[in-house]
Amino acid sequence: MDLTELASTVAAALPGAVKGSKVAIGELTLDVEASEIVRVLTFLRDDPACEFKVLIDVCGVDWPARAKRFDVVYHLLSLTKNRRIRVKTETDEATPVHTVVPVFPAAGWFEREAYDLYGILFADHPDLRRILTDYGFSGHPLRKDFPLTGFVELRYDDDLKRVVYQPVQLVQEFRDFDFMSPWEGAPYILPREEKADEAGKKA
Amino acid sequence: MDKPEAQSDEGKITINFGPQHPAAHGVLRLVLELDGEIVTRVDPHVGLLHRGTEKLIEYKTYLQAMPYFDRLDYVAPMNQEHAFCLAAEKLLGLEVPKRGQYVRVLYSEIGRLLSHLLNITTQANDVGALTPILWGFEEREKLMGFYERACGSRLHAAYFRVGGVHQDLPPELFDDIGAFCETFPKVLDDIEVLLTDNRIFKQRNAEIGIVTRAEAEAWGMSGVMLRSAGVPWDLRRAQPYECYSELDFKIPVGKNGDCYDRYVMRIEEMRQSVKIIQQCIAKMPPGPVIATDHKITPPRRGEMKTSMEALIHHFKLYTEGFHVPPGEAYAAVEAPKGEFGVYLVADGSNKPYRCKIRAPGYPHLQALDHMCKGHMLADISAVIGSIDIVFGEIDR
Repeated sequence: MDLTELASTVAAALPGAVKGSKVAIGELTLDVEASEIVRVLTFLRDDPACEFKVLIDVCGVDWPARAKRFDVVYHLLSLTKNRRIRVKTETDEATPVHTVVPVFPAAGWFEREAYDLYGILFADHPDLRRILTDYGFSGHPLRKDFPLTGFVELRYDDDLKRVVYQPVQLVQEFRDFDFMSPWEGAPYILPREEKADEAGKKA
Repeated sequence: MDKPEAQSDEGKITINFGPQHPAAHGVLRLVLELDGEIVTRVDPHVGLLHRGTEKLIEYKTYLQAMPYFDRLDYVAPMNQEHAFCLAAEKLLGLEVPKRGQYVRVLYSEIGRLLSHLLNITTQANDVGALTPILWGFEEREKLMGFYERACGSRLHAAYFRVGGVHQDLPPELFDDIGAFCETFPKVLDDIEVLLTDNRIFKQRNAEIGIVTRAEAEAWGMSGVMLRSAGVPWDLRRAQPYECYSELDFKIPVGKNGDCYDRYVMRIEEMRQSVKIIQQCIAKMPPGPVIATDHKITPPRRGEMKTSMEALIHHFKLYTEGFHVPPGEAYAAVEAPKGEFGVYLVADGSNKPYRCKIRAPGYPHLQALDHMCKGHMLADISAVIGSIDIVFGEIDR
């Protein structure tokens, strides 16, 4: 059974849950409704044609321009069928995705990490604490709108005899070069064109 | 508080293990709940070495992102670089020349030796044997010498490139690695004399931290942890990458899934790695070590002196870098500690849009609570030693 067949089998077995599927560079991706994620992963784990018994990874991807800005990406592996699958679902800052810890205990820390770094909420997670960032950290550092330098930096305060946080001070601006060169198709808008667009809208 | 509860709390203590503890293999803080000397709950606090690698990579070109992988599992740096290069090559559809593949495999196996040598000797150290670490580190020193002669640095290699490896190896290096492969098995024998039948080592490790196949699958384990539970699964065989399908080697599989099995398996894996290294040297094909598509890989230094086009390529590649077509790819390698994967999302620019690093130690450490429940306090250091954790890759 090749990957396209597998995708159609899963889509047929779970009506309404699988929104779409894609096979690219030898990897199968399923797009799934966020509310159905537990049902889909349980099916993928237990169905004899799938047997994806190992959860390899759960991670977030941030697309700030979208209404539902986060992708939650699950990577599964089948040891018996020697096959991988990627399951993707979408959510925003406020809507929790149901946890898959009851299906795969390994999801516990991966979901904590996605919560810590992106602020993706997981409903019914047994222990949704921060994991990688410091105790008492605020913000979600892997979001695209979080600056690379962060907001605070650490320093040992000799008077207080402890480490203190202070607002980050940069001696030099962070150098981020724009390499999307115009002859490779980057959408450069010339100043006059911008005005022409505005004029067009007004008229 | 009513009386029965107060009675049940008798003898229950919570202790803090680490973050600075010699048996923690780095900055691991464990909050242990004990009932007498029996462990009832382990709560690992990780992230003390968090450097934001994934965030940094999003702001670097693909070439600049590569050296961050040395700093993840810093005892086997090149294996990590390998996963990143494979993921980028998958997106680019780039073929690595045969010689490049063999050099990569050669150095990946040296990385495996480096990692396993450190692991089994420190595991022995954690349970009270001091000598193996001294003998093991002498060998690691030689291996790091081979790293240095290939790329100029002993630890943070930055040797692999998208499309191959940075430079070809000097011919006399093959002889020296070959000579090392002759003497190294004897050192392994010596370490085995100290440990394998050692009564104390066995008492501390046999039937400690047992994982079954179902548990290993549920907790997302890979590598030696998964194989110790009797699952014949190794990515080098199951999903062969590079030239592993052309090489002859065996995969040791455990029976009992305990710490002692994992020790024995790592010893055997080192012997197999030596075999792979010898085959790589014997079969090393001639030719380039890096792909010759100069839109992605830099031209040779000599070419730049005479060819204008090569000079332009060089300038473009080291300022702007190459652009990767939009898409997503997951590539995994069998790192010494298990499946090390890189999930790359590219948006068509010269920087990765998202680079998720899937470190094998992360789910293994997560399962520590499950593995240690009901064991004695002293067994924790044996289990931590045998799951082979390095905080560079867990905290990222």
